[in-house]
Amino acid sequence: MGWAVIEMCETFVNLDIVVPSQTRYLRLVGAIAEQLAKELDVQEDTRDTLAFHLNLALTEAVANAIQYSSAAKSTDSVRICFSVDDAYLSVRVFDHGGGFDLAALPSPEFDELRERGRGIFFIRSVMDSVQYHKTDSGNVLEMRKKIA
Amino acid sequence: MRAAKEVRDDRTVLSIQEDRIDAHNSGELKDLVLKTLEGGAKNVVIDLARVQFIDSSGLGALLSGYKNATLRSSGFALAGLQPRVRSMFELTRLHRVFDIYPSLQLALSA
Repeated sequence: MGWAVIEMCETFVNLDIVVPSQTRYLRLVGAIAEQLAKELDVQEDTRDTLAFHLNLALTEAVANAIQYSSAAKSTDSVRICFSVDDAYLSVRVFDHGGGFDLAALPSPEFDELRERGRGIFFIRSVMDSVQYHKTDSGNVLEMRKKIA
Repeated sequence: MRAAKEVRDDRTVLSIQEDRIDAHNSGELKDLVLKTLEGGAKNVVIDLARVQFIDSSGLGALLSGYKNATLRSSGFALAGLQPRVRSMFELTRLHRVFDIYPSLQLALSA
């Protein structure tokens, strides 16, 4: 199992999670994202949609990170950092693979029935901004969602 | 992938018994549909009524089923999509590709 650190004060939440780089943990990560969304101070009628969208974005992002990591090293772990302030929820997902160029990814061609290549499209669809960059501690996919 | 297989008249119904389809079990779904088609099923209906969440890999598994069914001149329909699941098809416009019914009952009477 992974470990989690949660810090809460009146308007800020920081939640760091580390899980083994295995797809069986996608359900847990999605459920944590969904529960976090339900704790946020957002309008009642948007809460369920926000919860679903965060579940989806995290499921896709962590599945990508696991896929990149497994090519590099099977005993790897995936680190996910949530942070919430008054206006935004930000999530960073770290991977240790070779990385990719987010800007170079094409949007899916809707008429082509490819079985892969829709993950980042979904993340872009449900989050307000998505960035991917390389850091000293690995590659990081950073997603932001306006909550107020 | 927990699923119940049932033959009703000329249709083979696969009722998915999972609440979530993601990269952990989508490969199994793809294999299950392929094996069902290889077993001679001619009209496959996937009942998704129990599925509350599907990700891009799950859509990929269903697309694989659709393509394999088409290659074998078999029908391939989806039934009972929950709102979150349906929204995934709409975002990718795949609801225009698949034969989708609100419920298994409606799929079987079509």
